[in-house]
Amino acid sequence: MSQTGHKDYAGDKLGMWLFLFTELLLFGGLFLMYAVYLDRYPQEFAAAGHQLNWVLGMANTMILLTSSLFAAMAVSAVQQGEKRQAVGMIIGTILCASGFMAIKYAEWSAKISHGIYPGSELMKAGAPGESVFFSLYYLTTGIHGLHVLIGGALLGWVGIKVSRGQVHKHDYVLLENGALYWHLVDLIWIFIFPLYYLML
Amino acid sequence: MSIEQCEHHIISFGKLTAVWLVLLILTGLTVLITRIDLGGYKVLGALAIACLKSGLVIAFFMHMRYEGRLLRWFLFLTLATLAIFIGFTFFDVLYR
Repeated sequence: MSQTGHKDYAGDKLGMWLFLFTELLLFGGLFLMYAVYLDRYPQEFAAAGHQLNWVLGMANTMILLTSSLFAAMAVSAVQQGEKRQAVGMIIGTILCASGFMAIKYAEWSAKISHGIYPGSELMKAGAPGESVFFSLYYLTTGIHGLHVLIGGALLGWVGIKVSRGQVHKHDYVLLENGALYWHLVDLIWIFIFPLYYLML
Repeated sequence: MSIEQCEHHIISFGKLTAVWLVLLILTGLTVLITRIDLGGYKVLGALAIACLKSGLVIAFFMHMRYEGRLLRWFLFLTLATLAIFIGFTFFDVLYR
């Protein structure tokens, strides 16, 4: 039997982790900005944070934690050859992702309809610390939301491959890497939640 | 060359669910700890719990607990880089 191609499980996984490290540094930069401006405008940050709905933030945290659970379970399922279970778990992850995006959409549209967005008249007229907080909020949750969409699409694509048997217990690094990307999305939110929502 | 099944540690659904429950509890704790008026320690407390949560996600959900030295070293290097990145910036910011 001829080789279908060179496979390098360890290399594939290492490559994904290296990419995730660059993502950590990307969001690290955003958190650094938050830290510097928090130091400069502590009261305004607390006041602005008060305007975010922590119940929704907490709901989103729990949704993402659950989605991470499903993604990890999907990997375990494929490792054991449980194809249907794995596909089910991936669908669960994507449903959670949709729930997260729905709540995020509701939050953003509520804020925007109240005139709170980068460059709005309200922000320009208000305290500088407040507009910095909201600019950082939109930037960070925006880039994070983009990652949720990308991660969801990625897992959807991998899920199709699992259902077709192209990703299976002897070659599942695609799913593992997709799940790793998903866990990163969860990790970032674990920090976004207390910093932006609980700073009352 | 195909991967041998036994090489790779499979985390059971039970264990994953247990980690998830702890994560949910820690989330609740984060909310509680910020309802009390601790001043600046609120941030520290919330961030400390966030670090614990991320540690659990990385160790179990992302399998790091069962990975080799190379990956763990790289992770440590990344976190050290971040710490320096943020820490050294504050050598400037705090003394302006």
